[in-house]
Amino acid sequence: MNWLIDFFGNADNWSGPDGIPVRILEHLEFSAAAFLIAAVIAVPLGLLIGHTGRGAFLVVVSANTARALPTLGLLVLVVLLIGVGTVLPVLIPLIVLAIPPILVNTYEGVRGIDADLRDAAYGMGLRGHQVLFQVLTPSALPLILLGLRLSAIQVVSTATVAAFVGLGGLGRFIIDGLATKAYSDVIGGAVLIALLALAVQLGFTLLNRAVVSPGVRQVR
Amino acid sequence: MITFEDVTKRYPDGTVAVDHLSLQAPTGAITVLVGPSGCGKTTSLRMINRMIDATSGRILLDDQDVRAIDPPTLRRGIGYVIQQAGLFPHRKIVDNVATVPYLLGWDKKKARARAMELLELVGLDAKLANRYPFQLSGGQQQRVGVARALAADPPVLLMDEPFSAVDPIVRASLQDELLALQSELNKTIVFVTHDIDEAIKLGDVVAVLRVGGHLAQMAAPATLLSEPADDFVREFLGRDRGIRRLSFVPAKGVRLGPLPDDLVVDADGRPLGWRSDGGLLPYGTFNPERDSLRAALDAALLSPNGAAIAADGDGRAVGVVTRDALDDVLIRYAEKSLEHEPEPGERVAADDHGRAEP
Amino acid sequence: MNDEPLIRWDWIARNWDNGGPSAIKTLLESHVAMALLPVVFGLLVALPLGVACARWRWLYQPTAGLMNVIYSLPSLVLFSIFLSVTGLTQTTVIIPLTFFTLAVLIPAVVDGLGAVPDHVRQSAVAMGFRPLRRLLQVELPVAVPVVLGGLRVATVSSISLVSVGALIGQGGLGNLFIDGWQRQFYTPIVVGIVLIAALAVLSDGLLVFAQWLLTPWSRARRGTA
Repeated sequence: MNWLIDFFGNADNWSGPDGIPVRILEHLEFSAAAFLIAAVIAVPLGLLIGHTGRGAFLVVVSANTARALPTLGLLVLVVLLIGVGTVLPVLIPLIVLAIPPILVNTYEGVRGIDADLRDAAYGMGLRGHQVLFQVLTPSALPLILLGLRLSAIQVVSTATVAAFVGLGGLGRFIIDGLATKAYSDVIGGAVLIALLALAVQLGFTLLNRAVVSPGVRQVR
Repeated sequence: MITFEDVTKRYPDGTVAVDHLSLQAPTGAITVLVGPSGCGKTTSLRMINRMIDATSGRILLDDQDVRAIDPPTLRRGIGYVIQQAGLFPHRKIVDNVATVPYLLGWDKKKARARAMELLELVGLDAKLANRYPFQLSGGQQQRVGVARALAADPPVLLMDEPFSAVDPIVRASLQDELLALQSELNKTIVFVTHDIDEAIKLGDVVAVLRVGGHLAQMAAPATLLSEPADDFVREFLGRDRGIRRLSFVPAKGVRLGPLPDDLVVDADGRPLGWRSDGGLLPYGTFNPERDSLRAALDAALLSPNGAAIAADGDGRAVGVVTRDALDDVLIRYAEKSLEHEPEPGERVAADDHGRAEP
Repeated sequence: MNDEPLIRWDWIARNWDNGGPSAIKTLLESHVAMALLPVVFGLLVALPLGVACARWRWLYQPTAGLMNVIYSLPSLVLFSIFLSVTGLTQTTVIIPLTFFTLAVLIPAVVDGLGAVPDHVRQSAVAMGFRPLRRLLQVELPVAVPVVLGGLRVATVSSISLVSVGALIGQGGLGNLFIDGWQRQFYTPIVVGIVLIAALAVLSDGLLVFAQWLLTPWSRARRGTA
């Protein structure tokens, strides 16, 4: 508790290029960039694979690989290979690790839809794209959002670890604090990241309420 | 009119689902395709709206080959009802019903108004319009499915085992409602079922298909029962063909006797039971204006003394048919049926069974 | 950027078992221990808790909510927070990973028990099974595939997450990443990634095999279908 008071009570921690507001913004910036790029790639791909049934093995392989690969190892290797100093090398593993949760859940969401529903949609005279966007996507939305939520959480988490290879953001407090044995910084940073993760969680809960039809909303 | 001309469906693995099928589904009538699983009845149905394309042969909708029409356009002009209703879970009932009008570019207000009309037509409370499918019972969902198929007022309706997932009581009432709807709308309906009783109850024409996609027989239900084309059809129809044929004979001709003294009726004249030393005995009634001879016979079998009570639309006893009188009618019918078959038009729409009380 | 090859086999040979605390073999052993202990603890806690949640449904919503919150916290955050309690020890890694395992396994147990068809449960009741016996002999066996599915996810995640512990000095094979980063040397990093991935694949395979052993009925069904 004393550590928390030390951290948040220290006025120096609230200003300058390594102050709390700047670090929060940095963290949000990297996370949002990686998450949005991953979503733009993975949602359409998942919809397409789920709709056509082609390339399903890709989804399974990516999900299993992403879970088995150690984040820290991947970050260290990629940054060493591409080069230290710029943001891009760090962003790449962030994006790569953010894709599988979205891909898997979007695919499962579309694939898990009752064959009768698809049949009825075609039978009513909907065209392929209408079936996909007017029927399959809204029905799969709870799972798509679950995938996006898991991915966002993954990104926040990976961005924290990425401080080790030089990325800014809230992870800096932990990594630098550990290096200098400034444990109040470590705990303070950890609490800030935890709050950020919870905010993301809450954001998705609200989004779920707003965009998912009550007809398909699931308890999850 | 829907015409199958020598239609065959062969799948890439070599299985033949439909084998050189030729038949006509007349305009304004219900044509039932019935047969065991694997007989190609659903495949045949789905070839009409091109959910499946035939390998060879032609299917004509009036005089137009369905293959010449772009599938979505074709399907928007044909109502389609399936077993699990297939309602869109994310849309409210009213929007589900308005699906095809929306696709056809109707104004939203007009489409919804039409949807409300149809909900009423299929007997659903207007309050259900703003619910979601998961909030409805199976029977209600199936009604919505029918309403949705009718929304754009298509001349043709395809129904693929629409009532087989609901319980028998709901099924019977859905069947009755379909017949009532049809007497108003006169659509050209092709109906697929594996249930021969449903086929006989609903069909103006019944096509019996056998495994491998061959047409075994196509005829009016009464003809099917009296003259099955072969052993397969006979076996498929089941054992009580004789009794079931009576469903197609109106009970109107039976001679009504006066109400006997031992029939106890209430103040309004509704029967309560037959008097006996041990209290009231059970009885059966039928409505001579509406019911079939089968219902009359059923009512007679329900009474220990063998007499069926004729009741009017309000349930008041108007007469009694004794066993002897019933025998006379049955014998006359048997003799007559040797000469000619009843026309499909003589069919009795009401339920086949007498009402049993106490 | 350097001309260093991705793999130096001689380095691996020299460091596989060099007797010191940074020997690959030693790291591998501690990695396995730190990854699997949380899974074992997690399973032991999740089974009774999951059964309780399935039995008293009102317990499930708050439990699931709490697990969701825990699951959303980055592992490094939990390590840092426990650092203030348990210091720079293996326990600081094992406790958070146990929580992650719980977050995966409790829903899996509840879902698994929920997947027991009602007619199966009813017929067990009708034959005179008492609740405990019904749970042990009927419901849990039927729930095995779903629970094992959760166990596979938890095990693989645990194996890969241990390496983050290297940032607080307790990361098993993850220590190789720190080593490689500090010396700009690829070989330990590649060795770490490959061994961790191999461990994950191996454990996953063992669990699939366990499911095959534990559910002979699903084997028979697949054989005849």
